[in-house]
Amino acid sequence: MSLADKDRIFTNLYGFQPWNLKSAQARGDWDKTKDLMKRGQDAIIEEIKASGLRGRGGAGFPTGLKWSFMPKEPRPDRPSFLVINADESEPGSCKDREIIRHDPHKLIEGALIAGFAMRARAAYIYIRGEFIREAETLFAAVQEAYDAGLLGKNAAKSGYDFDVFVHRGAGAYICGEETAMIESLEGKKGQPRLKPPFPAGAGLYGCPTTVNNVESIAVVPTILRRGASWFSSFGRENNKGTKLFQISGHVERPCVVEEEMGIPFRELIEKHCGGIRGGWDNLLAVIPGGSSVPLVPAAEMMDAPMDFDGLKALGSGLGTAAAIVMDKSTDIVQAISRISYFYKHESCGQCTPCREGTGWMWRVMERLRTGDADVSEIDTLFDVTKQVEGHTICALGDAAAWPIQGLIRHFRPEIERRIRENGGALEAAE
Amino acid sequence: MADAPQIPDEAEVRARWGAFAWTKENAEKAKAVIARYPAGRQRSAVMPLLDLAQRQVGAETQTQGWLPVPVIEYVAAELDMPFIRAYEVATFYTMYNMVPVGRYHVQVCGTTPCMLRGSDDVMAACKNRGMTKGKTTPDGLFTLTEVECMGTCTNAPMVQINDDNYEDLDYDSMVRILDDLAAGKQPKTGPQNPKRHTSEPEGGPTTLVEMVKANHDYRKEW
Repeated sequence: MSLADKDRIFTNLYGFQPWNLKSAQARGDWDKTKDLMKRGQDAIIEEIKASGLRGRGGAGFPTGLKWSFMPKEPRPDRPSFLVINADESEPGSCKDREIIRHDPHKLIEGALIAGFAMRARAAYIYIRGEFIREAETLFAAVQEAYDAGLLGKNAAKSGYDFDVFVHRGAGAYICGEETAMIESLEGKKGQPRLKPPFPAGAGLYGCPTTVNNVESIAVVPTILRRGASWFSSFGRENNKGTKLFQISGHVERPCVVEEEMGIPFRELIEKHCGGIRGGWDNLLAVIPGGSSVPLVPAAEMMDAPMDFDGLKALGSGLGTAAAIVMDKSTDIVQAISRISYFYKHESCGQCTPCREGTGWMWRVMERLRTGDADVSEIDTLFDVTKQVEGHTICALGDAAAWPIQGLIRHFRPEIERRIRENGGALEAAE
Repeated sequence: MADAPQIPDEAEVRARWGAFAWTKENAEKAKAVIARYPAGRQRSAVMPLLDLAQRQVGAETQTQGWLPVPVIEYVAAELDMPFIRAYEVATFYTMYNMVPVGRYHVQVCGTTPCMLRGSDDVMAACKNRGMTKGKTTPDGLFTLTEVECMGTCTNAPMVQINDDNYEDLDYDSMVRILDDLAAGKQPKTGPQNPKRHTSEPEGGPTTLVEMVKANHDYRKEW
């Protein structure tokens, strides 16, 4: 089981070659896009459904199914929109950035095809504000596509009119949540909306909208060119395709790499990252899918398959496939506490359990880090995470709760040790 | 909110920025930005226009710019929206500076993936240069901010200074970058590890090796 280079979708992932239209076309992008579109909207959606592509932004919702929720005959006064989520801010994730700065034309071509399939009038690519140089590349790539007649009126000579606009964010993790992104696009604070109504019914400007991750859209042209059966020949049932993995933390050589879904964690690390720093015996724990998912201790992680169901079975998740690796030199409580601080910083302040809870949880985590706490507070903290989880409009509350739950589930003895050692000192003082 | 910035004195700011208006070049840019959104939805342009305004303030003050209240009022009026709606956008998103910053805005990422790879050393390099978190140095050169994940985790630790990223840092390379900037030189951007091009594994990619030398077309092998 090894993915060959010819089956990798993002061939210019590392940017050794130019991103521009001419080079992208030489690599196979924008090749007879018109013919792909000629297959018809329903046929494209069926092909994507058959490929088994699940959303690459974290939740893993089937992409083709999501598109099929869009109205078949949009009313002229309520055009449909495609919004592409390039607000990559999940700690550990850095794949969309590589697509945008090194292979932007895959994304733009995918935007046209996906937008056409869901009968959208235009696509807005919402790129996070901190990606300044990346946004410059994306603006330039979109302009190239317009100049070549690939976007705009009669896009790529398909007879379909389609626009792609780039919108820069300004520094808010929460705008990666689809309804917060829509609010932000409308020029408001990025605070999530209650669902229903779902964006496919009433999204951007009250019009039908689909929000997709950059990677989900950028793989679409290749899937159509090579066929659903090619894509679904990789990975296990219900976890098909190839995926950009991002490995950070305590490995010898951190990197972004495209691999087959379901690749065992050990193989991924050995093949591309030169192993764990200090060897496999030195592995402490891994956060396998970006900061929002619970950590997995070393013993369970080593041979786990890196896909949606494989990591779900371990009580964690694939998320954005951003593995944060921690060796035994890590202060695990501090590592999770730092994530708690992140969520405190990024809470939008709309729902009380999250606004108050994220700060409260971080403060308790900081006391657990130093051991300045009572053992019973571990249970209190766990209880509070349960009260935040599921009681907020969006999933940020859940995302703040899960890392702490994972820590307590797997490293309770370590927390208790700190409290005991610190408490021992206190008793002596009395 | 003890660490929240104190919004600067109103009268003084108004005297300095009350007459803010787009430069000729930025007026053109603003028009192009508004055209990206459907008619009647010009309010969508508030974020890009606040960014443009901050950059104009930066150009006028030889810094990274900030958003004085009269400037926000100007942008709100341009978009025919209530001031408070623009103000709440300006205060919600972290990239809008509500107080003046220095010539170089040093934004050190401190989130877990960077922390694991040594962001504390990067922060120490800044502090040893006399920088304090959330403050501007007395010479007006550097403002230090600890920011949350910047999305370059496989090249951690990293810092964003003005519009550029510096990645794969350690204490020494951070010192060198700050020295260069202080001396008016432009340091090399991107990964500071000489064995890395971008996000491939150090020492060369383990996949797609043909791409290093030539724009390889893999379709022939399909």
